Formats: sequence, structure tokens, C-alpha cells
Amino acid sequence: MEKIPILRMGPFLLVTIQVDLYDRLAENLEADLVQMVSKTGAMGVLIDISAVSIIDSFMGRIIGNIASMSKIMDAETVVVGMQPAVAITLIELGLPLKGVQCALNVERGMDLLRAKIALNEGTPDDYFDTE
Amino acid sequence: MTILILNKEMMPVVKEQDVVPFRNRVKEYATKIGMGLVNQTKLITAASELVRNMLKYGKGGKVYIEVVSKGRENGIRLIFEDKGPGIPDVSLAMKDGFSTGKSLGLGLPGTRRLVSEFDIQSVVGEGTTVTVIKWKNG
Ligand SMILES: Nc1ncnc2c1ncn2[C@@H]1O[C@H](COP(=O)(O)OP(=O)(O)OP(=O)(O)O)[C@@H](O)[C@H]1O
Ligand SMILES: [Mg+2]
Repeated sequence: MEKIPILRMGPFLLVTIQVDLYDRLAENLEADLVQMVSKTGAMGVLIDISAVSIIDSFMGRIIGNIASMSKIMDAETVVVGMQPAVAITLIELGLPLKGVQCALNVERGMDLLRAKIALNEGTPDDYFDTE
Repeated sequence: MTILILNKEMMPVVKEQDVVPFRNRVKEYATKIGMGLVNQTKLITAASELVRNMLKYGKGGKVYIEVVSKGRENGIRLIFEDKGPGIPDVSLAMKDGFSTGKSLGLGLPGTRRLVSEFDIQSVVGEGTTVTVIKWKNG
């Protein structure tokens, strides 16, 4: 069966959604991600949706669920790369996407995650500067 | 002004796996009439909401995809027809946040905001028909 790959990038998990999700695939992703967060102790989850052309209330709920479940396991979620047409549509649809932060691209998403984690733990920002 | 039907196609939607091909079909038609990306995205999102309702509450049904014209304006009309239980109080169902499915209750009111024209007819025990039009530039 088709599966959406989850990549590990240091303290974060990166999920790149390339296909338009159908329900089963989306629900599996939700379960897989939660399992990965608990297995790896990841501190953040990046969901790259730059290839996604449609977000309806179902998809929105999946993203919201991932964010709230990750939060329970002490990981932050950031959605990156939302297409402008998708963003405009989401607002008119009225989907709240509660607890979900957005960033323009993966790099900015990582910056945002680092900042949030530093804030949560009260550690200085340069804690993650390993380059 | 009268609405002319330029092209018409019917697609049955009875299972979850029918949703993505149906959405793709709507996209093909919207592209064919030259609808812009933002309007296309709104139309397909609305279509996705209505088709999910049809599957979840109406036990599936069929959708007519039509290319229509009114004067100089072309558009896509979608008619969602199911023979499910119907909706007892349509105006309540159209309210933001009303759901009998423990969901967000966004589908119907959100869809109305996304399309140019919206109509819903429902008879308890007989079924529900939702008709939407998105004009190319609307
Ligand atoms: N085709 C249908 N047949 C029977 N009842 C329907 C149909 N479509 C909608 N309804 C009823 O109208 C209510 C509101 O629908 P709406 O799409 O707005 O919200 P929802 O599907 O419950 O939640 P969401 O779409 O946000 O996931 C539904 O909960 C259901 O009771
Ligand atoms: Mg709905």
C-alpha cells in the first residue's frame, strides 16, 4: 500500500506530502507520525504541503490532529509551503487550523521550530547551532 | 438570464476511492474552460466537501458535472444527488458549526462561501440534492 515517508532531520521529523491525500492514507499518516514522534523523541514535526493543491475540512482536521497529538507528546508542528490559492480557499471555507503554525518554506519552518523549542525549554537560541 | 448546458457528464460516487478521481475530473473541466487557479481551488474544495457529505451522510450517490454558460460567462455546475435520509432542518444544517457527525460543521456553509451559486433541496426519507455553480471569473 502507498505510504507517505517520514524523514528524520536531527531533532525534527519531515513529512512531504506529494499526493492529494485520500482518507485512508491521511489517517495512516496520522498514526505513523504519532508513533515516530514517540519512538524518536522528536521535538518538532514539519509538514511540507507545497505540492498539495486542495485542503478540505477533512485534510484540515488531519493536520490539526497531528498538531494536537504531537503537542501532547511535547513536539511542535509547523506546516510549510502552503500554496496561496489554498490559503485563500481555507480562509473562505472557515477552517480554523487551531494550534497549527505556518511558515513559508522548510528552512523558515525549521527556524520557527528551533525558536519555539528554545522558548519552551528556556534554553538559549544558539543551543541548536551545530553547523 | 437562462443557463445553457454545453457539456454534461455523470460520475457515481459510492466509495472513498471515488473522491480523488472525481476531484481530478472537476479540475480537468475547470482547466478546459480557462478558470483561474484560485477559483479552481475554491471549486474543487467545495466539490470535495459536498462529495464527502454525500458519502458520509447520504450513502453515496451521483454527481453531474456540467459546463454551463450564462451570457458571456462560462462556468462549471455540479449537481450532487443522493437518496440518503435527507436533512430535517436545512437552515440549521447550513449554519457554521452544526454537525450531526461530530465534525466541524463547516462543509455546507463553507461551500456556499466558496461558490458563485448554491442551492440545496432535501426531503426526509427521499434524499438530498445540492447544486453549485462556479463562474469562470466569479
Ligand atoms: N447529503 C446529506 N444527507 C444527509 N444529511 C446531510 C447531508 N449533507 C449534510 N448533511 C447534514 O448536515 C450537517 C452539516 O453538514 P456540514 O458538511 O456542514 O458539516 P459536517 O459534514 O457535519 O462537518 P464537516 O463538513 O465540517 O466535516 C451534517 O452533519 C449532516 O447532519
Ligand atoms: Mg461535511
